[in-house]
Amino acid sequence: MRESIVMKVHYGTALGAVALVAVHILFRLTQEFSKSLQYESVIANYEFLPYALVLELILVLISIHGFNGLRVILLELKQGRGYEKAVTYGCIAAMVAVIAYGSRTIILASMGMS
Amino acid sequence: MEKQENKEGIKGWLNPGRYGIERFAYWLMRLTGIGLLVYFIAHIYETSTILNGKAAWEKMLDLTQTTEGHIILAIVIGMCVFHTANGIRLMLGHGGIGVGKPGRPDYPYTPRSINMKNKLCIYASIGLAALAMMYGLGVMFGE
Amino acid sequence: MSTTQISEEESQTIVSSPKSIILRISRSNPQTGTAKSFMEFKVPYEKWTTVLDAILEVKKHFDHSVGVRYSCRQATCGSCGMIINGKPRLACFTKIVELNSDVVTVEPMNNFPVIRDLAVNFDRMFSTHKKLKPYIVRDDSEITSKTKEFLQTPEEVEKYIQFSSCIKCGLCNSACPTMATDSSFIGPQALAQAYRYIADSRDKGKNERLKIIDEPHGIWRCHFAGSCSMVCPKGVDPAMGIQLLRGYLLGFRR
Repeated sequence: MRESIVMKVHYGTALGAVALVAVHILFRLTQEFSKSLQYESVIANYEFLPYALVLELILVLISIHGFNGLRVILLELKQGRGYEKAVTYGCIAAMVAVIAYGSRTIILASMGMS
Repeated sequence: MEKQENKEGIKGWLNPGRYGIERFAYWLMRLTGIGLLVYFIAHIYETSTILNGKAAWEKMLDLTQTTEGHIILAIVIGMCVFHTANGIRLMLGHGGIGVGKPGRPDYPYTPRSINMKNKLCIYASIGLAALAMMYGLGVMFGE
Repeated sequence: MSTTQISEEESQTIVSSPKSIILRISRSNPQTGTAKSFMEFKVPYEKWTTVLDAILEVKKHFDHSVGVRYSCRQATCGSCGMIINGKPRLACFTKIVELNSDVVTVEPMNNFPVIRDLAVNFDRMFSTHKKLKPYIVRDDSEITSKTKEFLQTPEEVEKYIQFSSCIKCGLCNSACPTMATDSSFIGPQALAQAYRYIADSRDKGKNERLKIIDEPHGIWRCHFAGSCSMVCPKGVDPAMGIQLLRGYLLGFRR
């Protein structure tokens, strides 16, 4: 994949994440901060499907943006064919793992399986 | 001939003093990015405890909803606001917006891309981050 | 280390000057494995004395083996770039008085292989510069074209003229934070020159050059820290050129 496409995705995911994280933070401010973190309140958030969808999108967008950012820093830090391949595939693997682990929480919690 | 690379290395990133606020913003952008990624992964782990029931969730809250936890969260808020605001400045800059128009340079050759607009945006990003941190601390401690 | 100074009878030029600085010169020779160390010299100066003048004074009176490359002495050849008091500058274009310091430290530029003392190897910079086709690319020529010459309006010239002032001194590459760790990065010098030719209305090589810079160690490794523009002695402003160049890849420019 051309680097310009990767970086367009980097910028796009950043803009998307900014908008959705703002929604995520506003949800914490709809009531008293400590109350918003109560078990029942959080479960209710997860079971509200549009919000669960927002969480999933945030998870995907930040994972892509964050791990691509990490890849960029690591590529600039050291060079070499083997190292660069390891960094690229390592970052993709870490991204997939984080998305999978986070999605598991969102899906199970929104289905009331907690 | 044996070549000595003479690379400045990471200390070239970490030494912002010589090149003004833009270099400081470069360094801070990198640092906040790494900090936010670490927080993001920790946050995913933290929230996953909800699947283990109310007791596990409350145990995690006891661990994170402390004075230290609130201070860390306030730093995360600051990092997030700076990274976002400075990121928007950079994105516009990368598209060629706010970097000045090319033209014949005149002595003493002040670069047009290093302009007041960019400097103000960096100061505003730092200011906004500080304000957001204070607001966050107010929300978390002011209950 | 003890400081050497000019004896009055030996100095031919500036003994009348009551002012002097300590000039610390970095000495190293990778070929013989001599590690970097500093030698100190007490050098008199006048308000017009440049750092290059001071180095040449040292070569003349104290140690002729100091390795330094220079030629034009008027910021045109781009030979005498070095780190002066921590910042990349041209030695011939930097007056001692403007440094406001009693101690002037000169070191070889960062991010370039050292040949000896203050002289660095430009091979990689020149090869990346060449890689980006620093010439007008098109099929026809001014001789065969019906118009005989490729006309440009003053506005079209303004778009690139600033970037054609580059003297390839390497100061921008030395100041760049990405180049501090990334040996494969194209660098601000070559990227600014890619913009210089792409922005030229006579050139048709845009797509070829964009393809070369759109790779993992290409233009995207620039993060607009602007250090390259701050040290450019000719007002080229590579940071601006790079951002405008990136505009083509992001679809902001055609």
